[in-house]
Amino acid sequence: MKKLLSGNEAIARGAYEAGVTFASAYPGTPSTEILETVAKEYPEIYAEWSPNEKVALEVAMGAAFTGARAMASMKHVGVNVAADPLMTLSYTGICGGMVVVTADDPQLYSSQNEQDNRNYAKFAKIPMLEPSDSQEAKDFVVRAFDISEQFDSPVMVRSVTRVSHARTPVELKERKKAPQEVKVRKDPPKYVMLPVYGRKRHVVVEERFLKLKEFAEAFELNRVEMNDPEVGIVTSGISYQYAKEVFPNASYLKLGMVWPLPEKMIHDFRSKVKKLYVIEELDPFIEENLKIMGIQVDLGKDVLPIYGELTPSIVKERVTGKAEEPFLSNPENIPPRPPNMCPGCPHRGMFYTIKKLKLYAAGDIGCYTLGALPPLTSLDTCVCMGASIGHAMGMSKALGKEGKGKFVAVIGDSTCMHSGMTGLADVAYNKSYATVIIADNRITAMTGAQDHPATGYTVRGEETHAVDFVELGKALGFKNIVKANPYNLEEYEKVLKEEVEKDEPSLIVNQGPCALLKRAIPKAKKPYFVDTDKCIGCKRCIGLGCPAITWHAEEGTNAAGKKRKGFATIEPTICNGCGLCYQLCKVEAIGTEGKVFFGLVENL
Amino acid sequence: MEKTKSVLMAGVGGQGIILASDILSEVMLDAGFDVKKSEIHGMAQRGGSVSSHIRVGKVVYSPTIPKGEADYLICFEKLEMLRWLDFCNADTHVIVNDLEINPPAVNLGEAEYPRELFEETAKKFKNLKLVPASKTAQDLGNIRAANTVMIGVFSKFFDVEESLWLDKILGKLPEKLHGLNRKAFDEGRKLN
Repeated sequence: MKKLLSGNEAIARGAYEAGVTFASAYPGTPSTEILETVAKEYPEIYAEWSPNEKVALEVAMGAAFTGARAMASMKHVGVNVAADPLMTLSYTGICGGMVVVTADDPQLYSSQNEQDNRNYAKFAKIPMLEPSDSQEAKDFVVRAFDISEQFDSPVMVRSVTRVSHARTPVELKERKKAPQEVKVRKDPPKYVMLPVYGRKRHVVVEERFLKLKEFAEAFELNRVEMNDPEVGIVTSGISYQYAKEVFPNASYLKLGMVWPLPEKMIHDFRSKVKKLYVIEELDPFIEENLKIMGIQVDLGKDVLPIYGELTPSIVKERVTGKAEEPFLSNPENIPPRPPNMCPGCPHRGMFYTIKKLKLYAAGDIGCYTLGALPPLTSLDTCVCMGASIGHAMGMSKALGKEGKGKFVAVIGDSTCMHSGMTGLADVAYNKSYATVIIADNRITAMTGAQDHPATGYTVRGEETHAVDFVELGKALGFKNIVKANPYNLEEYEKVLKEEVEKDEPSLIVNQGPCALLKRAIPKAKKPYFVDTDKCIGCKRCIGLGCPAITWHAEEGTNAAGKKRKGFATIEPTICNGCGLCYQLCKVEAIGTEGKVFFGLVENL
Repeated sequence: MEKTKSVLMAGVGGQGIILASDILSEVMLDAGFDVKKSEIHGMAQRGGSVSSHIRVGKVVYSPTIPKGEADYLICFEKLEMLRWLDFCNADTHVIVNDLEINPPAVNLGEAEYPRELFEETAKKFKNLKLVPASKTAQDLGNIRAANTVMIGVFSKFFDVEESLWLDKILGKLPEKLHGLNRKAFDEGRKLN
């Protein structure tokens, strides 16, 4: 019987069916559900959230070196973090099968860039398979483990958002046992990449690559569909589905393996069709390699976009050169609905204060990146995981004394565990005066609540050691370390003002769990409400950008006869009583029937 | 079903759109069709616009709908309809939940809710129904059942046994919510 699975669920199922016993990952959209599914559905597989993708890859390597089958999964930019071990893993090879899943994000639905990770396969000289739906995602993962062992190479499987987060039917199979015995295997010339051994292994890599090229020619997942010989389309992954949608009668060479490419097969296909099109998303990866092979490409990136994701409509319009007149166009200026910090979010008070103090905030990756959007508009950089601390450090040295009191770094707890610790060490070691705020909400929030080494829980919810940021700061050399409650605006402002003026580096550790983290916030607080008779329409509460607060533009007067441009109300079904707006209201128009304290839990 | 049918669902994060689209997809798979559905998770969840593409047929290729080819546009909120017009054609069946949720710019007093534009646009469709799904759910005692009312409404478009829908819906909910959702589904069926 067939079951509807997301691409990510199918990848996890593939690992299960392939006899995988080890899976690691760091959460990142659109890859997160791969490890979540492994942890939830397949107790036979050891699963872990690693502190970052580099560690995820390294632990999977360690497992594979014993002969176990291991999988590491991550989003596209996560592979950048893991690139150091990946490039040399290509040299050592594996022992047990090892698959690295990269989930790319064309269109940047939830990422800082839209890099095309097919380039990594070429760069690392390892094979890459690219499924186009969930059935293929599962089957390709199983096949990837066989190839990995056959060629003693890690194999990458590349998904994209529209594969990872699409649900399509999948035929399930039984779990196989991994073929190799798991044991300690000593073999220094293979696994110790001293230059003397590394040089020899590079030769092995190049020889392996030639064998893989030969293998690709007869690989069953590279498939020719001969239909009308007028147009032949070379494509792979999700682009295949879009092309088939638009040109069902064309001939196809569907590449299941996008690296290395089957050169003879492509030449042969070229000779059977009149015109050759290459339809691919993002980079002209296939097209450029076809051109290197001397194959004439009649249509490719000369018409197809090099950025953004493809859609059936884009493929149709660009290839035919004809745009159909739509029945109705989307009107411009429809107020957008961007993602927003939740009601009661602990980051809101922090950003409100940063804005009030006119500080520049070097930012990082997480929910708090949303602090860059109006009305808070108080985050000034966001490049990659951990970069905020480096930015603040660099600024402190470039600006010298002039910069004091003017900027902070903002980094989340999960991001700090991922890539922040080395930056913190640098700040203390090289005597910066930078202030770093760890916006600790005790979870990896943006990706939907995943645990990490500072939460005290594993991926399967078992209790474990939790890193203490205060102790960590001390160990790294910070002398000024303050815990602060970001819901208490007066206190938080005082702390922030003091710390940014200091000559030595400061670490502020925010107290206040994610508003959606049920285990930390077991009891809901009573909502606040606006006494609209008292409201003077000053809009101070509106400036918080809380989704629970609505402005009503109705000019008039309040009950005391004071003129106003409108008034605010609070939606009781979504207000969770954090108390920020209560503190801002100067006329005591905001109240609650519950107990007043600042935060969603007491004594922060 | 000769031709692939395309359903586009749109609304606001938290309205249960993903769940509703899961139920439609699973019902159609059980009814023997090929199904693909695609949506955006991650950053888009934080109170942002949410959309889900569902495609049903003998063999479905693209998981997203080509522009102009949505057979059904199911809107859980009025303004959200205006973002997906280019996916519609003159024959598209449009269902709109009679509910307004202010986007942030309207909340902040920087923009107006495009009420008139909605009214004007709605007139251009020959098959458009405004249904009181949220009000119906509220009358039944829980506004969160509005998505089940909406499932009831659009279930009438598909020639599938009623029990298949109910089994899927109830299978995803704790037993204490079964009575409410059974009623919500029935009320939804009556609205279409």
